[in-house]
Amino acid sequence: MIIQFICRAILLGVPLLYGSTGEIITEKSGHLNLGIPGVMYVGAISGVVGSFLYENACGNDINNMNGFLAVIIPLLCAIAGAVVMGLIYSFLTVTLHANQNVTGLALTTLGIGLGNFLGASLINITKSELPSIALTKTSSFFSTTLPFADDLGWFGELLFSHDFLTYLAIAIALVVSFVLNRTRVGLNLRSVGENPATADAAGINVIKYRYAATCIGSAIAGLGGLQYVMSYASGVWSNNAFGDRGWMAIALVIFALWKPSMAIMGSFLFGALCNANNYIQGLGTETQELFKMLPYVVTIIVLIITSMRKKREHQPPGSLGVNYFREER
Amino acid sequence: MAKQKDNKHHEPLFHIVKRDDMPQWQAWLIRVCTIIIGFLFVGLLSMAITEKSLGDTYEIMFSGVFGRLFEGSTTMLWKYLQEIAILLCLALALTPAFKMKFWNCGAEGQALMGGLASIFCMIQFGEKLPYPALIAVIVVTSILAGAVWGVIPAIFKALFNTNETLFTLMMNYIATQIIAYYVYIEGGGSNVINPVAYGNFPAVGNNDYFVNIVIVAAITVFMYIYLKYSKQGYEISVVGESQNTARYIGINVKKVIIRTMIISGALCGVTGMLLVAGKDHSINTSLVGGQGFTAILMSWLGQFNPFIMVVMTGIVVFLRLGVAKVADTSLLNSSFSEIIVGIVILMLVGCEFFIHYSIKFRHSKKEVKA
Repeated sequence: MIIQFICRAILLGVPLLYGSTGEIITEKSGHLNLGIPGVMYVGAISGVVGSFLYENACGNDINNMNGFLAVIIPLLCAIAGAVVMGLIYSFLTVTLHANQNVTGLALTTLGIGLGNFLGASLINITKSELPSIALTKTSSFFSTTLPFADDLGWFGELLFSHDFLTYLAIAIALVVSFVLNRTRVGLNLRSVGENPATADAAGINVIKYRYAATCIGSAIAGLGGLQYVMSYASGVWSNNAFGDRGWMAIALVIFALWKPSMAIMGSFLFGALCNANNYIQGLGTETQELFKMLPYVVTIIVLIITSMRKKREHQPPGSLGVNYFREER
Repeated sequence: MAKQKDNKHHEPLFHIVKRDDMPQWQAWLIRVCTIIIGFLFVGLLSMAITEKSLGDTYEIMFSGVFGRLFEGSTTMLWKYLQEIAILLCLALALTPAFKMKFWNCGAEGQALMGGLASIFCMIQFGEKLPYPALIAVIVVTSILAGAVWGVIPAIFKALFNTNETLFTLMMNYIATQIIAYYVYIEGGGSNVINPVAYGNFPAVGNNDYFVNIVIVAAITVFMYIYLKYSKQGYEISVVGESQNTARYIGINVKKVIIRTMIISGALCGVTGMLLVAGKDHSINTSLVGGQGFTAILMSWLGQFNPFIMVVMTGIVVFLRLGVAKVADTSLLNSSFSEIIVGIVILMLVGCEFFIHYSIKFRHSKKEVKA
């Protein structure tokens, strides 16, 4: 029961981890991308479209499908879709100096619209009775687990029973953490986010760093959308099912104090909070609705506590939300 | 980008200069052109997908918004005005907060709480109170509910500088869960509250929406005067420009933040009331339907001017309803209109660049120097 709860929490937390790792990279460059929910939607639907086409090309027969292709096609599609969204955002904010909050929110509208539109179109094509698309074959490739997980009892279930996207998320978070804090590229990126004018004077290409950070961040966030569809929802896409996870990923960035390694624990905690209502005994449906607000309440409490403590290393990047215009410094 | 690489050896091909001197008419020409391009793009995209002619597409869009207006039927027109009124009311509510650089992303939640207060009063006091008293109670409680939901993040922003964007966002979801809880309790587990017959706004001459539209029109004028001519409106713009300046000239910044968010939240609460008492007579979690976010964009595109906001919301609601009709007649799904609205807003956001900056090419610059 406890093990099941933790595994479920991890499964729920992974999309948030992808989203917040991506957003941390973007925010470290000084851009607050409120389009992440839209980006994750587009990542998810791009992956769905990719695997839908591949399943159809194989005649909907699992025996014809190559495991490697079945995984890599949706993966690349998700990344491509998310990067396009990231490019739109960075073109508008970096090159055209548009307001970051407004651009991000518009991008979220666009992304959610695109996701629902393509999703509903696919549902139309399949002429299915249910308002969803089932890609269970592709999903089965995604959820292949390590072979020795079952032999190790609860220990194996806890540590080795997850799908590869979960391990990839943790790996990406750790790599990002390393790159940000231990390499020159990371140092440059942080300086661009703290004070772009100084970074520019030191010969760092601010525009290049901001474009790269936004696009890489979007690509990672897009994977979160894919993980949600393929692993959590077992390959079933239905419109609006992804819900508000994108916003929670953004909140998690503050929870994690802009540290990807903290985001790992934070996302699993959020996953647990999202899921707590299903595991507490004897709750009526109406009380469950109240329990679903738990993650949001915790986020608010964390927001307040971090703002009250005002430690220097817990602050957002210095120029977060401010566009850099060279002639204005 | 190209201009960066070239830097070492010779002058870049072009560079970007900020400008504040563009005449108003020129700025508006750019915006109107963008909107026209947007509409052309919408038509062409719909044409490509639905395989109808461009003229037909626009005709369907027009009929989706105005219905049989030329044949004397004003039903659709009133519906259109009603949709504008709701979006506009939310945008107006957010404007003082944005002018103060307080990113209130919580219009959705504040309106939901206002709506909750309305439906609660309608159900609890509907039979007990006479109609005028009931309406008064509904108005007061929904304004209070919205204001409380808006002022909580403001207090923390004023005291500890807590990030208001995320705080208000999270408050949306808490409000949504409270509504889900209330609907479950009140609907007896059916997740539906049947329309309540008490405390509905009166229909004026067969028209259910007239009261809503008049209220929002009044708020529009009030907000224009409040922001432009009142002392409080001036304080808001000073705090928005620079908090240090505000402190220097003796404005109590904390007080201004809290007071402005009370107004902002209260107006969002009014929107919730208009939706519940003036339109749906019921409530569910998708009462506001994401319009709280669209309203943020409307407020910004309207440049904090309530009358420009009327035009902007008019255009966006036209697109939303019109494209939804196009999608409907071609068996596309209604999300098509979300995409279109998103694209057109992004175009409008992008076009501001050409208003605030000018691109100077290498040759033209040399001539200036000589």
